[in-house]
Amino acid sequence: MIEFRDVCLTLNERPVLSDINAELAGPRVGIIGANGSGKTSLLRLINGLASPTSGSVHVLGLQPDRNGRAVRKKVSFLFSNPDAQIVMPTVAEDIAFSLRRHSLSDPERDLRVNQALHQVGLTEHHDHPAHALSSGQKQLLALASIIVTEPQILLCDEPTTLLDRRNTREVINVLNDLPITVVMSTHDLDLIRDWDRVLVVDGGRIIADTTGIEAIATYLKLVDS
Amino acid sequence: MIGIYYPGTSWLHRAPPGLKLVMLLLFTTTIVIFRSLPVLAGAALLIFIAYTLARIPMGLALTQLRPLRWIVLLLMAFQWWLLGWERAIEIVGTLVLAVAAAALITLTTTTTAMLATLERMLTPARFIGVDIEKVALVLTLTIRVVPVIADIVGSVRDARRARGLERNARAFVTPVVIRTVGYSHDLGDALIARGVGD
Repeated sequence: MIEFRDVCLTLNERPVLSDINAELAGPRVGIIGANGSGKTSLLRLINGLASPTSGSVHVLGLQPDRNGRAVRKKVSFLFSNPDAQIVMPTVAEDIAFSLRRHSLSDPERDLRVNQALHQVGLTEHHDHPAHALSSGQKQLLALASIIVTEPQILLCDEPTTLLDRRNTREVINVLNDLPITVVMSTHDLDLIRDWDRVLVVDGGRIIADTTGIEAIATYLKLVDS
Repeated sequence: MIGIYYPGTSWLHRAPPGLKLVMLLLFTTTIVIFRSLPVLAGAALLIFIAYTLARIPMGLALTQLRPLRWIVLLLMAFQWWLLGWERAIEIVGTLVLAVAAAALITLTTTTTAMLATLERMLTPARFIGVDIEKVALVLTLTIRVVPVIADIVGSVRDARRARGLERNARAFVTPVVIRTVGYSHDLGDALIARGVGD
């Protein structure tokens, strides 16, 4: 589904990723590693926000650096800072913004917006100003704006970094219920402990590709050494 | 002042945004051309009735005018000194009523509906190469970033105070610019990820 073939990425003459070879499939894939290890860059390559310096990335049979538009229709991205993802002034309008290129009638669009709001538990905030929501609610809104487009793959870059424990749980509950592939980088090791597939990234290389529990052990050993 | 839609089901909420913009244009043109105290009194009554029918709380209505308070005071004093109290009231009254009318439109119209109308109105500009969708997006983002930049300014001011640098302009301007540029960068990434520009 997602394949990295001999991928290297250099930014400002600094190597960010080196010799990345991996096939990512399955419902949940975690990525852990220290700050600056290359987690975000790995995710950005998947939906074409970054292009490999050498090698190639293949997502659902497409190359994001060549077919960015087609890839982004199927692959969505949830960033850590929800404020940067919200475009429209009110909650429902922001979700509807994601559907602007879907040929839907007004009632169809409203129905899908309401379904997405219900899915993330923000129904009562339908007409509220987006900037007045709490950080957790903003992240749920960002998630609703993604869910409404029904992507096949969701990339999450440290989606709970700015959230407290309660909001983290709410975001993760919504993510867990999604019947799609979720690739998530995180510093919250508890979130990926039970996942079957977790990559450990260090110095721009994948140094482990294993289960959540083993990945955490590898990462902690790395941090302590 | 802008971008704060107040949900409702009044006739003004349901009226097409294009019609509301035409009414706004007629209203402001009338009070400018036929400027006199009786006309302004009638216009003020009309605005009061429209706010009441749209069920906009009085506190919220007055909030729309608050940003004007210093301009109104200065303008009033200057025009009074220059042209006398009657002309001063006419000029300031015209300004206040025009802003109140414009605010009523934004309070009763969602940004989406307003932008869709603007896009339709700008359609002829497509023939001279204007990307209407991008123009509409720029307008939307202008509304959207106001509270974000206000948050940035607030947190930088707090940080400056915490470090005892209240009077240091550089300690204010530099982080505000850096954080605003950083926000723009993140927003750009998010827009690309949401398919804008594809």
